[in-house]
Parts: sequence; C-alpha cells; structure tokens
Amino acid sequence: MTSGVSPGRVRLVLEDGSEFSGTGFGASSFCVAGEVVFNTGMTGYVEALTDPSYRGQILVLTYPLVGNYGVPAPRPPGSLEGPYESARIQPQALVVQSCSPHYSHHEARRSLGEWLAAEGVPGLSGVDTRTLTRILREHGTMRGWLFPDTMDFAEARVSAATVEMSAQVFRDVAPTQVVTYEGGRTRILLVDCGAKDQIVRSLLARGATVVRVPWYENLAALAQDVDGILIGNGPGDPQNLGSLAEQLRGLMDSFRGPIFGLCLGHQVLAMAVGARTYKLTYGHRGVNQPVQDLLSRRCYVTSQNHGYAVADQTLPRDWESWFVNINDGTNEGVRSRSRPHFSVQFHPEASPGPQDTGALFDEFLSLATSLSRR
Amino acid sequence: MYGRYIPRRPRRVLVLGSGALQIGQAGEFDYSGSQALKALREEGIYSILVNPNIATVQTDEDVADRVYLYPVNVEVVTQIIERDEVDGLLLSFGGQTALNCGLALHDAGILQRYGVRVLGTPIESIRDTEDRDLFVRRLKEIGVPTPRSVACSDRQSALEAAREIGFPVMLRAGFALGGKGSGIVDTPEQLESALHRVFSGGAGQVLVEECLRGWKEIEYEVVRDGRDNCITVCNMENVDPLGIHTGESIVVAPSQTLDDAEYQLLRSVAIRTIRHLNIVGECNIQYALDPRSRSYRVIEVNARLSRSSALASKATGYPLAYVAAKLALGYALPDIPNGITRRTTAFFEPALDYIVCKMPRWDLTKFHGAVKQIGSEMKSVGEVMAIGRTFGESLQKALRMLDIGVHGLDPDAFEFEDLHAELRDATPRRIFAVARALGQGMDIEEVHRITRIDRWFLDALVPILEMRAHLKRTGLPTDAATLLKAKQLGFSDQAIDDLTGSARGSARRNRLSAGVRPTLARIDTTAAEFPAETNYLYSTYAAIRPELEPARRRKIVILGSGVYRIGSSVEFDWCCVSAAKAAARLGFYTIMVNYNPETVSTDYDVCDQLVFDEISLETVLDLCEREDPYGVVVSMGGQIPNNLAYRLHQAGVRVLGTSPTQIDRAEDRSKFSRLLDELGIDQPRWTLITDADDAEQAVAQLGGFPVLVRPSYVLSGAAMSVAHEPVQLRLILSRAKRVSPDHPVVVSKFETHAREFEIDAVADQGELVVWAISEHIENAGVHSGDATLVLPPQNMYVSTMRRMKRIAAQLARALEITGPFNVQFLAKHNAVKVIECNLRASRSFPFVSKVLGHNFAEEAMNRMLGIARPVRLESVDLDYIGVKSPMFSFSRLYGVDPMLGVEMASTGEVGCLGPDVHEALLQSLTATGFRAPERGVLLSLGPLADKFSFAEEARAIATELELPIYATPGTAEMLNEVGIPCTPVEKTDAAAVRVIDQGLVDLVINVPREYDSLGRPDGFAIRRRAVEAQVPLFTDLQLARALIEALRVKRGRSFQVKAWDEYLNRSAQAALRGRGPLAAR
Repeated sequence: MTSGVSPGRVRLVLEDGSEFSGTGFGASSFCVAGEVVFNTGMTGYVEALTDPSYRGQILVLTYPLVGNYGVPAPRPPGSLEGPYESARIQPQALVVQSCSPHYSHHEARRSLGEWLAAEGVPGLSGVDTRTLTRILREHGTMRGWLFPDTMDFAEARVSAATVEMSAQVFRDVAPTQVVTYEGGRTRILLVDCGAKDQIVRSLLARGATVVRVPWYENLAALAQDVDGILIGNGPGDPQNLGSLAEQLRGLMDSFRGPIFGLCLGHQVLAMAVGARTYKLTYGHRGVNQPVQDLLSRRCYVTSQNHGYAVADQTLPRDWESWFVNINDGTNEGVRSRSRPHFSVQFHPEASPGPQDTGALFDEFLSLATSLSRR
Repeated sequence: MYGRYIPRRPRRVLVLGSGALQIGQAGEFDYSGSQALKALREEGIYSILVNPNIATVQTDEDVADRVYLYPVNVEVVTQIIERDEVDGLLLSFGGQTALNCGLALHDAGILQRYGVRVLGTPIESIRDTEDRDLFVRRLKEIGVPTPRSVACSDRQSALEAAREIGFPVMLRAGFALGGKGSGIVDTPEQLESALHRVFSGGAGQVLVEECLRGWKEIEYEVVRDGRDNCITVCNMENVDPLGIHTGESIVVAPSQTLDDAEYQLLRSVAIRTIRHLNIVGECNIQYALDPRSRSYRVIEVNARLSRSSALASKATGYPLAYVAAKLALGYALPDIPNGITRRTTAFFEPALDYIVCKMPRWDLTKFHGAVKQIGSEMKSVGEVMAIGRTFGESLQKALRMLDIGVHGLDPDAFEFEDLHAELRDATPRRIFAVARALGQGMDIEEVHRITRIDRWFLDALVPILEMRAHLKRTGLPTDAATLLKAKQLGFSDQAIDDLTGSARGSARRNRLSAGVRPTLARIDTTAAEFPAETNYLYSTYAAIRPELEPARRRKIVILGSGVYRIGSSVEFDWCCVSAAKAAARLGFYTIMVNYNPETVSTDYDVCDQLVFDEISLETVLDLCEREDPYGVVVSMGGQIPNNLAYRLHQAGVRVLGTSPTQIDRAEDRSKFSRLLDELGIDQPRWTLITDADDAEQAVAQLGGFPVLVRPSYVLSGAAMSVAHEPVQLRLILSRAKRVSPDHPVVVSKFETHAREFEIDAVADQGELVVWAISEHIENAGVHSGDATLVLPPQNMYVSTMRRMKRIAAQLARALEITGPFNVQFLAKHNAVKVIECNLRASRSFPFVSKVLGHNFAEEAMNRMLGIARPVRLESVDLDYIGVKSPMFSFSRLYGVDPMLGVEMASTGEVGCLGPDVHEALLQSLTATGFRAPERGVLLSLGPLADKFSFAEEARAIATELELPIYATPGTAEMLNEVGIPCTPVEKTDAAAVRVIDQGLVDLVINVPREYDSLGRPDGFAIRRRAVEAQVPLFTDLQLARALIEALRVKRGRSFQVKAWDEYLNRSAQAALRGRGPLAAR
C-alpha cells in the first residue's frame, strides 16, 4: 500500500452504540478494534503515533487540524532518531477532525496519510472529535471498532484485528534482545516494556551508556554491570506485569544504585512495594498535565499518556507520595523515604510535550554516578 | 490548597490606566485593567484607578473603589499616591503609557519616598526588557540569541558590520519614523550606494542588522508566579512572516506549521528567559524562527499585558490579566482556580480544539496621503478574532467581521493594478491579492516566493477558492453535503447567494430545509477533557452535538460593537457592558454576541452566555432560532447592530426599544427630512442627486458652495467630503464611483462659522427621560468625533438650550423612541438646525453618563425592558465641567496631513473633569499628549478674519505667557500691525520646519486657509513636522483660542486632583442646597 488515499466512508462504532463516520485515509483495507482514547496535545502526532504506550488503542486527537507539518523521512532500521519514538506506528488507528493533505515543514518528506498508508494503519477524518471526546469523558474510555462503510457492524465485530492486551502486548512492544548504546561511563539499565526512544536519547544526551533490555530478561544478572535502573513506559494494565514487579522487588533489596520508574514503570515499581493500581475513567493523555512536587510545592507542566494510576494511599510506610496531579488529585509520583528508589507517572523525556521535568534525569544520573560501586 | 504565599499584603493599590485609544494601544487595556480591578476587589483591597479614558468600563463606578479621570503622568499620580495613601502600584495593565509612567515615578524617587511597592514584575525587570542594550545583554547571559544589530556612524564601520553579519543585511537609518529609510541590502555594492544615500540625507547613524526576512514570527504568552512556577498559556503564529508588525499581521492560534520539537524549543526558551528576567505576572515573548532550520531569535519581551495577551485570553479562555493581578498580590498559580472549569487551577496550559484567526482592521483610506503599505510600524486601528474548526471557517469569518464589505475570501473584491507588487509589498488587501493570484493559477511556490507566507496557509486557501468556483459553476446547492461543505469552509449564506446569482435568502432557505445548522461549541481551555461551567461559545459547522441546552430563563441578546474602527470603539463596548449589567440586574439571562478581542463585553463573566461570533443577519437569526430570546438589543453597539434592526424585525425577531420602522425613518435621509418638515424643525438644505451632470444645478438650488457630499452607498472608505467649487465637486462625484438612481448622492449645504451641539438622551415611549446637551468648542465642519466637547455648555443661550431640548422631545414623541438616542444640532445666530438623529446610543454616551453620574446606557436598557423608575437628573447646572478631547494617531500614519475635517480622524478620546472649563480642557489635552509651551509658539493662521480674531490670544501669548512668537509672513504682518512682537519665519517648508527642528517652539498653531485646495492645504510640512517631532499642534482656531485662554487663566497655578466621586458628591450637595434641578419632565 503506497497510496495516501483510501476510498470511501469509514465508521467508528463505540461500545455504547455511539457511531461516527467520516472519510478514510491511510491504510485502505482494514478492520480494527481497540480501546478508544483521546489526546489533547496540539502538536506531536509523529511522537504520539510511535509511542508504544498506545499499542492496541484507537487514538483520537482533539486538535482539529492534523498533519500540517507532515512526517520526516523514515529512519533507517536500528536508528534511534527522533521524532520517532519507536520503529513503527503503534495505535490500531488514528481518528482526527481533519487531516491536512498538504504539509509544510523543512524536515517533512511525506504526508501523514502517506505514512499511515505505508505502515498499513487506518485513519478516519471528518469526525467531530470534540463530541467523541465528550462521550469518552462522560462514559470513560470504551472499546471501539473502526471499519469501512462497506462492512456491517456484526461482521466488523467478529473480524476486527485486535491486540491481545493482557500479557502478550508487553512482549510485542519490548525489544527482542539486549541492545547497548554507548554514551559514557555511567551505565543505565533501561527495562523496556514499550519504552520510548526519547528515554534512551535523554540518557545518552546526558553522557550515560544505556543497556536496553526486554523486561522479561533476568534483570538481577544484568544489574550487576550498571549504576542505575530505569523502568520505562509501556501500554496496557500494569497488573499484567506481575513477573516484572516480582523481579523489581528482588532488585530493590540487592541493587545499590538508584531505581527510577517512568509511567508504566512507575506503576510496576509501586506494585512491587505493595501498592495498588487502578484504572482511570479516561486517563491522562496530553502535553498539558499539571503536577506539583509535594515537598517543594513547585509545579510542572508534563507530558502524559496513561490509563492506570497508583493508589497512593496503599503505599507502604517507608514510601511517600512525591507528585500529585493538580487537576484531579491523582498520584503522579512516589518515592522511598529511605532508599534511592522513585518513580513518576509523567514523561520527563517529553517528546511530545514540555521539557520542564528533564532535570529528573540529571538527578537520577547524578545519583547513579555518586552511588556507583563499579 | 497548600497554603498561600502572600508576602506583604498591600492595602490600597493604584492601577495605572492606558489613557486614550490610539494606534498601537487600544481597547485591550480596558479589558486587562478591568480584570485587574476585579482581582483586587475580590481580595478586599481598596482599588484606585487613574485613567482619562472616560469611555472605558474600568472607569465605571462598580469596578474600582475610586476613579481619577486624569492623565496618567508623574504629577497626577504623585498627588494620588499622597492623598490616597497608596501602598501598592500595578503598572502592567495600562500598556506602554502605564509602564513609562511607572518607570518615571521610580526614577523620580517618588515610589521610594512614599513607600509604594510595585506589585508583580519588579522595576529592574521592566527596565531590562525596555532598554534594548540591557535586554540583549541579559539574554546573552543565558545563551538566548537576539537578532544581531550594530550601530554605525560611518560608511567604513557599516561595511565591516555587514561583512561580519553576512549579507543580506537589514539597514535602518537610526530613529527613522514610519520605517522610512529601512531596507534589505543584498550585496556590498548595494550597501555602498544605500549608505551614500542615507548619510548624505543627513542621518547620523545607521543600524546594520541581521536580515530575518521570511522567518516565521511566533509569540508565546508566559505566566510566572512569585514561587517560580511558570507556564506558557498560548502560542500564536503570524501568517505574514517577519517584516510585518504582529499588530498588522493575520495571526492564528495555536501555531499551525511548527512541529512539536519547535513548539517545545520555543516554549522552553520562553520559560528560561522569563525566569532569568524575573518577571512575575504575565509577559509576551516574540520570536523569529527560520523556516529552513530550527534557528531562532528572540525579538522582544513585553513585561506587561499587551494586545497579544488580550487576544490570547480570548483565544484560550485563560484570563491572563486577572491571573497576573492575583500573582502580583502574591498568589501562586495552583492557588488560583480556573474560572472556566471551576474545578482545575490556573496552573495549566490550555489545550485548544479549534483554530483562532485574528485579523487587523485598517482605515488607511480615511486618511488622504497615507502610505498604503504595511510593515514594521503599526497602522491598524482595530482587530477581529474568529473561531472555527477549520482554517477556512476561521479565516472567512474573520474577513467578514472586518466589515469592509466583503463576504469572505473574495479574489475579486478589489482591483489590483499590479498584482505582483501587491503580493510583494503588503497592503491591507494582501490576502485578497494572494487569493486572486492563486485563483488565476499562480503556482503556490511562486506565491510563497514572493510573499514568504508559509505554503501551508497558501495550500489551505485552495479549497476555499475551489468551492467558490464550484458554486459559481453549478449554481445554488440544494443537497446537504455540498451546503455543509461550503459552510464548513466558512461561506456565509449571502456569499453563496451572491456566487450562485440567487436571490437573497435562497441559500439560507435551502440550508435550513436540508437541516444544515451551526452548532454552538464551547471554549473550555481543556479540549473537552473536563466539563466546563462557563458558557463561552462559538458557532461551527464541523460539530454535530450542541453542548448546552437553551436556557429556560427569559433571555435577551445584546449585539456588540464589532470591530473597532475610526468612529466606533470602546464607547460602544461600554454601552453594551452597561446594558448587559442592567439586564442581569433585572433578572434576565444575557447573551452577548461580539467578536472583538479587545473588549470587556467579550469577557465571559460579563454575561450569562458569550457567543464569540459574527454579528450578521445570518448568525443572529440562527441564534434566535435556537434560543428564542425575549428580545434583541441593537441600539447599544453602534452602527453594525443598528444596521441589522430592520431586517431582524422583518424576519420576525423582537427588537427591543424603538421600533425598527422608526429607526429606518431616522436613518433614511428622505424620510427623516420629511419628518423634520412636518414637525417644523429646521435643517440644512439638501438634495439627492442621481446623475452627476445635475450636480451643479443642485448646488445652485441649495444656495451655492460650499456643499457637503455624501454617497449613500458607503463602502468602507468612500466618504464624506466638502466641495467648495465645481471642479472639486466633479472630482468627488467621480470618486464616488457610481451615481445612479440606485446609488444617489446626498448633497447638502455646508454651513460655515456655525456652532455645533449635541444632545444625548433616553426616552421612554416617546417621552424624554434623561438628556444632556454638550457643546463643541470647534465650529461646525469638524466631525463630531474629532470635536472637543464641553458639558455642561459654557457659551449658550438658555433659549437655545430650551429649543434643542424641545426639538429632542418632539423627535422622541414623533419617532416613539424607547431607548437611547442622539441629535446633532447646528446653531448660527439664532437659528437651530438638526443635522442628524441616531436612534441608538452614541459615541458620547459614556462621557455624559460619567460627567453627570447617571448611566444613560443602563437607563436606556431599563426603559427598553419596561422598567421606569423616576429620575431627577441635573445636567445643566453643575459645579464642575467635563471636557472630552479627541486623540489622534497621526504620528503613526506616515504621509498623512494632520488636519481635521468632515471625516473623522481621531482614534480615541479622553474626558476629564475640572472645577472650571479651563482646567478640564488642559487636563484632557494633557491626556492626549499636550504639554504646556515653555519655549515658543509658531503661529501660522489662515484667512485674514482668522488672523485678526486670534489677535487677543496672540497678545496673551506674548505678554502674559511671555513666550516668543514665530509667525509665517502673513500672520507676522498682522501681528506687527496690531503691535505684537514676533519673529517672522519664511513660509517655505524648510524655514518653518527648522524652527520646530531647532526646538525653538513647543507649540504650533497652524490654521490652514480654509478649504483651499484639492490636495493638501498649505502648511502641510509644518503640521507634519510638528506631529513627528511630537510638538503639540492645533489646527482649529476656536480650540486654539480656548487653549490660550486656559493657559492664560491657569498660568502659574497648580491644580489639585480630585476623584470622580468627589466631583459627583459636590454636585449632589449643591442640589441639596436647593439649587433648582432642571431635570427632564
């Protein structure tokens, strides 16, 4: 499929029976299903579409004009180059109010439609995404089916391609092998359950070497050789990563350096110390989520993409809440009172989104360096 | 939340206002000041405002605790600080005027002497942003680049600087006005010759600057609190790239062509910069961004609320000024609730799910000789903001909102002699030139190469042009799909009618029967992530589900004033806001429709429901169909809503107040004239001409020249003029384009040496309720908007006043007026003639309301809603005087003759009170930039009669003011004749101008020989030079006489400021002492 144009009308049907129809773009033959989620960012569609946290979901963008600055040239295999956050488009489908057929940017080489088509991902445009978002806000995120008008719903329901969201999804988004990116003396183990490439780039830019490993590897063995451990973001429900939580519990006793969790990593780390996680009604997906550091009272605007959260009242005694979401009071970070273990729900690596909390990487790396036993 | 961080709480805070509206400083400061005062009130802090702009909402009784209607200068503010024991000062809500005054107060040591704290951004930070060298240095400290600029005073250093910066360079002659003498130089050879021209032309210095031609211009609005929490509220992208002032550019929000990396890069730099500069509150940062790389430069930082911040507030729903005021008082961002959602806080960055398009409105055609090109200097007088889901919807709405007679992106709206030149050298019509070029098949690349407008914007115009062509080709659509698509691209019903050659109303009929209707969508700051509590709405055809149920309460719709232009600005916004408040007090659910981001009426907490949208028959009917209101108010927002009255009435909408049939009777020249005849009211003789060849005969019937010519079909720009002889008349008629039975021209006798008066009044079912007569200082012939008004009149017979009141009462009865109206009179000898009558609130409503202490707009609204409370209003015998003066922006309009005439030229006004007319006049003149002369006066008087009638004043200048007089030959001769010493100056431009340039004079009185030429009256160079050198200029004899008299009387005497409430109380006390009130009825 190389054409950016796909013929005909496309329908999106939600679990509650709501239906939206519009014009298809991107992949021309498809029928997909997934959890429908919305993102309120006004820029950053390339970053968002390659963020593995969206794996298995149907992504709705609330900003009505999408595709204006096109998409850069594809990156070579194995490359870490931005603005791509992984090697492929992650969501099942993209839903927008309008997709610009023309683009204008010095780095753009193709249109959003062409990119989606090349990756075989369907898009739906001409939808009142604000109304769709309001439905999702009121009902909570729902499952949705996206299929051509030529198909009927019953047929779509049975034949839709879905992603197995329990355990399998984490294997799908994780790397297949250990990759080491040389960047400097300090060595960081990045536990990857769908981590964005920007996490690696953020560490490399600060002069660290990154050992990127699939989450199911034997982490204790790999941890022998590093100064810090970072658990990255990823899709799905953290409850399905019990085995990783188990491994982390062990590491927290044995490993002397700092352990830092991001997003899904934050949830799994909290689970490892016995805290509970729960599903948010419609999640936090956007680049304008305000959080406050409970100690310093400093506030930051953060980039977020998650559907689950940590119930901080279930934290053990030697752990404390670190950040809180100013909008809805949900937990945005936790830390150990006694050891260099901490995690945040948001994305300090940004991309897309504000870079206000990038200093967390500096703190993490300086701890890793100063506690280094190697 | 987690405790508040309030350092030392001020008790009495003074807010500095911005003064008169002028080009570059308009209504946005009424909005920001009002918000700041609201924030102070909430805190229980005693708030004091100084602002001579009497037409603002912020100078209302219920906004600040105390108001001073005085010029914002050190002398006045010092007195206020002392007598009101001010301990806190807010500088950032009154534009550059307030900021400059604040810096001057600081430098004079006054703030320190009285222990006044500047709240919010500290003085040092303001200084860092105002002083270019300091600014560049401060940004360099954190590695943030600014455009490179080298000041050179000779050829050699300029050449070296250019080589170092690299060609092409921007060359600016130092301190040139109007962007004169700046240009882009591509090669060393070009530079050589340009430098030769500049230095031989007398410039002492040139700036050689990095050329950022074609770079994107991006702005961010940044907010920071005293605890260093910092956010960016909004970014905006100029459609017109660098080189055109952001106030002159079409601007969209959010940015459309920046990818996330660029968006975040500039956002991060903004936050870093604002932290480094230690700004507390709100500021604006402007960038140039290279479209071919990620290079950027910071162009400037405005450490105050600005036009952009008002725009950003309206574009996002984030109340920047209110939040900035709270931050100045010591609050932290997360402690301030978000007023839109009422469940989140001010620490967040709005997510938009619509596109906003801002467009400037120019009135350059109103000024003879104005340079038509737009560039780095601001010339526009107003702006509009449109909201939509598609670029086409926003853009075409905005184009219609400009009220320049176009129905959207019409490539054929204007004639272009040289399309290429129109594209290259931007004028107010450039967007239409771009449309024409694309419509003619010019390549996008080519248009981009010439205009440097980003290809994305150009591409986005194509579907609009294609739809135009489609509609033209296929005729009136009946199917829902085509209609919906056209509406989503922003076509109005009328545009569809016109394009398809259909009768008015056809598209609407088809659209409604096909079920294509607009949906009201919310502006909620969060892109629907959280439910919003506030009804801030816009209409769109790209939404499918309405967001709120029509309210059940009894509703009234108030139509706002629309775009500010010369002749219609903040005064009508004041009327609308007063009306909304009055209706709300009576328990009505108020719906405000307006689209001007510089207004208070578009503040979402002024009404129950704000519909930020067009004010057109189509949108108002759609709204009425949806809401089914009790009635619509058309008489508060000036001419735009007033023009809709009759058609709304015909469409079955209830128009509140005076019947639209009667409005039509007053608006239609012939009908109104007949009415005056029936009532036995005198009027200047007039006639309609439908054939240019009959003109001279018509003039003979009127009693000869001079005559006033006014085309009845007034497109923006086509204007009134005075003809003094046949050649001139023919020229004017030929300019009026078409004279035909359908487009007749009104020719009326132009009365010279007559006085002018006006009455502002409110009537109820034909009975006069309140009224006020103001007197013009200038003789008739100066547009009432440019005249200096005195209330109560000082030079008027009681019998004349009674006559005018009687006429007003007669008209009220005959036209069955309920609501506001205004009548203008001519008085010569003992005759009183009616010039015109408007059955709506007038420009002077706020002035008379504030001088008399009785809100006429509120009174009118009450009467229109059937509420009649007895009124006793004294409008003649007051113990004080109010004077309203016009504010001109001639210095901004290069090439324009600063002359007054029948066409209005002022951009704003001020009104001051005083114990006598002299003090009130001097204060109000000072508020428009006047400084009492100390060095000398240049006199250049027109006709002999004028020369002699000024003799006494000239003598006063010489003997009492003891100032040297410089006079042009004729004037000098007269002065010598009557024995007044003076220095004659040759009338040649150079000689008179030299007197100004050498600083020998600091007052110029130049009354040109009246009506003597087709082009510029003589003395142009003198007037122009005076304006450019900021030397006060008077071109009206009567005003000049009043000024000299005031200077003479007040010479050597200081004044005591007095608050507005103090003036009003005095008059109340006077009434109590038993001075017979002379109120209506």
